[in-house]
Amino acid sequence: MYQYDEYDQRIVDERVAQFRDQTLRYLAGELSEDEFRPLRLQNGLYIQRYAPMLRVAIPYGNLRADQVRMLGHIARTYDRDYAHFTTRQNLQYNWPRVEDVPEILAQLATVQMHAIQTSGNCIRNVTSDPFAGVAGDEIIDPRPWGEIVRQWSTFHPEFAYLPRKFKIAVNGATEDRAVIQVHDIGLDLKRDAAGNIGFRVLVGGGLGRTPIIGEEIAAFVPWQDILSYCEAILRVYNLHGRRDNIYKARIKILVKALGIDAFRTQVEAEFVHLKGGPATLTQAEVDRVARHFVDPAYETLPATDAGYSAQLAASKGFAAWAKRNVRGHKQPGYASVVLSLKKSGIAPGDITADQFDRVAGLAERYSFGEVRVTHEQNLVLADVRQSDLFALWEAAREAGLATPNIGLLTDIIACPGGDFCALANAKSIPIANAIQARFDDLDYLHDIGEIEINISGCMNACGHHHVGHIGVLGVDKNGAEFYQVTIGGDQGNDTAIGKVIGPSFAAAEMPDVVSSLINTYTEIRHPDERFIDTVRRVGVEPFKTRVYAEREQRKQAHV
Amino acid sequence: MSEIIKNGAIHADEWTLVRLAEGEDAATVELPAGRVIVPLAVWLARRDALLAQAEAGVLGVWLAGTDNPAALADDLLRLQLIAVDFPKFADGRGYSIATLLRARHGYAGELRAVGDVLRDQFFFLTRCGFDVLVPKADKYTRTQLETALTSLKDFSEPYQGAVDRAEPLFRRQSRKEAA
Repeated sequence: MYQYDEYDQRIVDERVAQFRDQTLRYLAGELSEDEFRPLRLQNGLYIQRYAPMLRVAIPYGNLRADQVRMLGHIARTYDRDYAHFTTRQNLQYNWPRVEDVPEILAQLATVQMHAIQTSGNCIRNVTSDPFAGVAGDEIIDPRPWGEIVRQWSTFHPEFAYLPRKFKIAVNGATEDRAVIQVHDIGLDLKRDAAGNIGFRVLVGGGLGRTPIIGEEIAAFVPWQDILSYCEAILRVYNLHGRRDNIYKARIKILVKALGIDAFRTQVEAEFVHLKGGPATLTQAEVDRVARHFVDPAYETLPATDAGYSAQLAASKGFAAWAKRNVRGHKQPGYASVVLSLKKSGIAPGDITADQFDRVAGLAERYSFGEVRVTHEQNLVLADVRQSDLFALWEAAREAGLATPNIGLLTDIIACPGGDFCALANAKSIPIANAIQARFDDLDYLHDIGEIEINISGCMNACGHHHVGHIGVLGVDKNGAEFYQVTIGGDQGNDTAIGKVIGPSFAAAEMPDVVSSLINTYTEIRHPDERFIDTVRRVGVEPFKTRVYAEREQRKQAHV
Repeated sequence: MSEIIKNGAIHADEWTLVRLAEGEDAATVELPAGRVIVPLAVWLARRDALLAQAEAGVLGVWLAGTDNPAALADDLLRLQLIAVDFPKFADGRGYSIATLLRARHGYAGELRAVGDVLRDQFFFLTRCGFDVLVPKADKYTRTQLETALTSLKDFSEPYQGAVDRAEPLFRRQSRKEAA
């Protein structure tokens, strides 16, 4: 993975010095609350419900073992022994002290990490496919491009004070695993007929209050031009995006207001001046960055390891884990492993300081010292020998990281919600935990099959509820916490926004609501049909009817 | 007299910025004596009458975030001072306006950042082509302003090109492989 050179390191070190000075001036009263806010946000520092929150950048979800250890060290030293992985592949500390943040950033800088632009109205941390470089359906490795975009966007002087936040995702595979259709800019790596690399560019996607699927602004932008093209998009947005209303300030609103064709015309009018300019990427630079993402030293192995096959046959528990948490790999004899951060009763995406250390050890022992973060809030060891899977499973089990539920109902995406977040209307974590507790039978979970439940505590949609097969949105009804349910949302190539099934529910009703939805599905599904497929086939109505009928029955039973 | 930062050093300001008050007409508003910076609307309404002053270097024009810098495209060789207003420091339109004036339209005269101009934005403002920064009125003491000059140098080798250095890092420096 990418290693800083002296220039990268200096930029991060200078950032630490800058923010240390800003924090001191804030604490001394020289910087007002309003003046400090955008500065601290652009360093990922929020003032939260109970304490500050620090969001650390994990560019395109890539981590080294020494970085993982440092994250654990910080959790232990400056926080309460745990941290939280987010849906944008970042990491959040929930309880740091403001005055400690400069020192935390200094320690992160020693392992080539930072919190730059993890919040604020600027270009945020770039996200990508957690299976980059190892997936069988990859066309072009997105990681070098993620790094190139990271460097271009870091402290871009023209785009530090945009109308609103700006998120870029890069995908390089046939199947989109970076949710590029709901990003401000989605970059989809392609080859043209002649084999040249370029990008299909989507613009104006986003979740939040007004969920919108991004539209194609360019079918193919040659790689040399991609930064200039992004610059053209950002300039049009910076000049013309709305600044009068925070809820209408995202680029998606501008694109919708103008229409994609008129927006494209404006972008092209900018791009014509930028094309061929100094931002044009060079082969030397792409090669320099790409050299950091070459394959590790794989051994030549048989496609199927005999010992692995025997272990699968011998251990039901191992087989169940392998079925859900082990993925195929482009290299014969290797596999990718998902370490589940979705153990029942734990906040989805949470990890303890001890688990950080164990993950670092597992990565070093079994996966070339690297770890990836998924936007579903799990971790990936991308390059594991099949022959090591059993030992890895045993160690992961001991660490509480081997729940065999990846892609199943209990693999719930949830934002921190009202337990931590100042923006939340309602809690997320207890809802996730209550649903996990209801569906605790592994055989039943496997029978239900693949399904994604996404929970957000407010319409900012950090829990990506719009694109959950079942989406849950916390709403405030006269000061009480209620939950609106959508079904039919999806991520990936078939990205869709879920439809609301009806009036919202109290927290205590949520496990029953999910049960009603699942029971509807298991009764009417066709063979091999996932929950989302059934919803697509029959529509919302049968689900909605049953959910509210059974709710009425429960109410009657109680009177 | 207020203080400004010009080319990295503190100077006294010799210019008066005119803002149109409610109900004032760009065509008729009385301009103060001395060096004045007028709103774009005043310039467009009275261009012929003001041209000599502009060419003599005693009259400049300021742009708001909603103004299109292309409105001055034909006057850029005559104007010796253009200012861009930041109504709030977090309103970033001025960064693009400055970039367009310099990089697109080739404006080479003095370019001032005015309004809610604070030290923590000095670095980005300078990168986008502002050579004069007019800190928010009464915001900084002389000592604070002297300290604030360090903010001009927050980062020594930024990644991307901008007006101050058009070449991005990957063209500027030969980046050796990290060990």
